[in-house]
Amino acid sequence: MTTTNPLENPGSQDTVRPPIGKKPAQRKTVTFGDGSEVTGSVPWSVISLVGLMVVWFIVKVGGDSAMVNDRTFPTQGQVIKAVYDGFTEGYRNVNLANNTWTSLWRVIQGMFFAIIIGVPVGFAMGLSNTLRGIFDPPVELFRPIPPLALLPLFIVWFGIGELGKVMLLFFAALWIIIIGSRAGVLGVSKSKVHAAYSLGASKLQILRHVILPNALPEIFTSIRVALGVCWGTLVAAEITGAEVGLGAMIFAAKNFFRMDVVVAGIIIIGVLGVAMDFFMRFLERKLIPWRGKG
Amino acid sequence: MKDLHVDGLGMIYELPDGGSVEALKDVSFDLEPGRLLTLLGPSGCGKTTLLNILAGFLSPTSGTVTLGHQPITGPAPERGMVFQQGALFEWMSVAKNVSFGPRMKGVDKAHTAAQVDSLLGTVGLQGFGDKAVYELSGGMQQRVALARCLANEPDIILMDEPLGALDALTREKMQGLVLKLWKETGKTVILVTHSVEEALYLGDKLFVMAPRPGRIEQVFELPFAAQALTSDARKLKASAQFIQKREEVLSMIWEMEEQIMGHGGE
Repeated sequence: MTTTNPLENPGSQDTVRPPIGKKPAQRKTVTFGDGSEVTGSVPWSVISLVGLMVVWFIVKVGGDSAMVNDRTFPTQGQVIKAVYDGFTEGYRNVNLANNTWTSLWRVIQGMFFAIIIGVPVGFAMGLSNTLRGIFDPPVELFRPIPPLALLPLFIVWFGIGELGKVMLLFFAALWIIIIGSRAGVLGVSKSKVHAAYSLGASKLQILRHVILPNALPEIFTSIRVALGVCWGTLVAAEITGAEVGLGAMIFAAKNFFRMDVVVAGIIIIGVLGVAMDFFMRFLERKLIPWRGKG
Repeated sequence: MKDLHVDGLGMIYELPDGGSVEALKDVSFDLEPGRLLTLLGPSGCGKTTLLNILAGFLSPTSGTVTLGHQPITGPAPERGMVFQQGALFEWMSVAKNVSFGPRMKGVDKAHTAAQVDSLLGTVGLQGFGDKAVYELSGGMQQRVALARCLANEPDIILMDEPLGALDALTREKMQGLVLKLWKETGKTVILVTHSVEEALYLGDKLFVMAPRPGRIEQVFELPFAAQALTSDARKLKASAQFIQKREEVLSMIWEMEEQIMGHGGE
């Protein structure tokens, strides 16, 4: 090796890391226990999905018991027809698209208000001892309460209309968002904040350019968790006093023993949940590409 | 260019169990502009505490610090800071990181862009402006940190183990860059390090600090940083003069470590 004076050539030799996500061709001998090697397999996922359908089919064909019979267990064809009929004729005078959109819209409204209120409150709790002291008791007290336990109160206070349901979803999501935002603020590294101060940034600039972007990954995670909780809460909430909505449709269908409609509703909720999570992950990649790379 | 004046600095940390630690005791020194001072010592000698007081992140229990006769009361852009790692903003491109200080001050965009280009050239990162910082190696990230600090045109640059997280070869290259920037800009630099070799090679002045209480044990005026500009780094570090100084400082620090262990250790 030749010696070079580092003063003459202060390092043009550092290498750039390979782009994230693109694995270089490797010949690893150890893959069991290596998390980076476990990224899933599309062919096996397809087989798994087909397998689930086959199990459904077999149980249906082979089963004629108290649990599995024509009244309790719809065929795939019946469910597909229920979905088709739902979107064309509707069920009990309500189109399936209307049911789906109504439920989705309730979730969106509840989440919207939870984010609008929850993020600033979480930030306040992460930035000020006084505000942390003020908000800690309500957050810690309300957080463990299952939203459905409050349903009777919410119906009395806000009525059986849209407001009561949106308020319930807001309540279900709020604490999760507050705690996620607070954690995001508290997770900012001291040296980043110190660096920003040394570079002459004001408190407001540090909030905008350092603390907020640093907290975004945690906020996104809390939004994803809250979305899941909202769907669970919504369907249960729609039992009471709702004419329209996927939960309302499912419970109405149950009363008339329309198990095909029940299963159709369940599947639509599942697909919507997956689609929303995909959308959130897409947003994450677009908005916070630095996630986990600090 | 401003004189740094430190007088009777003391720092006592109160511990939760009721005790206290004297992290600094009666630290006084003056530093003329354009010097490169390195701080070296075993852990607990207060060198990082001293740097944090100079940066304005900590307020001393006693004593005063002034830069150009202005007392230091908090962080300010006149005193730039380079951290060991993790202080870059990974949500900004390399160029946005470098231009952070000027942008916060609202400096004219065209002027800032030109300045960023020139600084990236200075630290050897031409053409890397649009890269994300997390795509860069550790050494390149520290180059960005240096450029970001310089963009703000500070009077004094404080470095808290800036090369501590780098591998040995990259570290040596970066030492060259630190010296080059120091010479080219003529700025005052104060650099904390754990490496005896680095402290001797980079510092044209060295404080060896001692713990319990944290204090300046010995002051060295060193010729190596000046020589490094004309001679080869490896040869310089292998010279008899350098090795003799290195052993002298190393045995001082070993002695301190053994005294600490004798008192119950850490």
